[in-house]
Amino acid sequence: MANKTINPTRMELTRLKGRVKTAMRGHKLLKDKRDELMKQFMDVVRRNRELRRRVEEGLERAGVAFTAASAVMSPEMLEQALLYPKQSVELDVTYRNVMSVNVPVYHYQTRNQDPTEIYPYGFAQTSGELDVALEAFGQVFQDMLELAEVEKTMQLLAQDIEKTRRRVNALEYVVIPDMQRNIRYITMKLDENERGNTTRLMKVKEMVLQDAHDYQ
Amino acid sequence: MYKIAVMGDRDSVLGFKALGLEVHFVEDTDTARHTLHRLAGEDYAVIYLTEQLAQNLQGEIARYKDALMPAIILIPGKGGSLGLAEAGLQNAVERAVGADIS
Repeated sequence: MANKTINPTRMELTRLKGRVKTAMRGHKLLKDKRDELMKQFMDVVRRNRELRRRVEEGLERAGVAFTAASAVMSPEMLEQALLYPKQSVELDVTYRNVMSVNVPVYHYQTRNQDPTEIYPYGFAQTSGELDVALEAFGQVFQDMLELAEVEKTMQLLAQDIEKTRRRVNALEYVVIPDMQRNIRYITMKLDENERGNTTRLMKVKEMVLQDAHDYQ
Repeated sequence: MYKIAVMGDRDSVLGFKALGLEVHFVEDTDTARHTLHRLAGEDYAVIYLTEQLAQNLQGEIARYKDALMPAIILIPGKGGSLGLAEAGLQNAVERAVGADIS
């Protein structure tokens, strides 16, 4: 990069050596961070796959049941039965720190503690199919919420791994080699100056000797 | 306290209403886009979105991917899964690893 603008001085050399040391330590730390994040990420991906499969199966089951319910009931009746839900869900979000990445943790609270209390209607005017459908939805909900948590975690981790990976690569392939090249350049320049100085001294000594002893 | 929303066509998401989730019936892409942005601006922590709607809103969803909130989670609507969620997972893995593994 700034190869030519560098000052070949001893001070610059000391400064660069210090920076290389810091960069190398940073590189090692970031690499460890990346590896650990990767490990966690793989676990999260596996968990996500499994939950996704369960949720999709569950929703399919619920969807089938719901279609059956809407087939035997008139749309108005269905609408009316679900118009005013008995249950309501509130979500509390806290954060967990995974290798300095904040990921959400969801805690949900239902207003009505009894899990069977999801039927917002009397049983007289609705069909049994609707009960089955709602039960299926209720069962899949827990998994859905966990899926949301896991999927968000996965996205956030992926983002941070990408960032960390870039930093590691930039340090490894650009920053550190660049500084090392500069150090080499300065060392060579200084050595060359030193050699030039030595020859000059030798030459001067010769001249002084010649003058002093008047050698011919 | 945060809220949970479900977006999708009527037949797919009506059932969620009984669970106490906030259900938004959205049939077309434009309304979906508006609703999504509106919900994302309010205190919704999780927004479930049917894949059928999501397939035309990829850019909008990507915008919230790196944000801590909301989490936009795709669910299969009526007619089953379109494989979009799986693609998103694959995408995240690719992003993290830096190469396509599989």
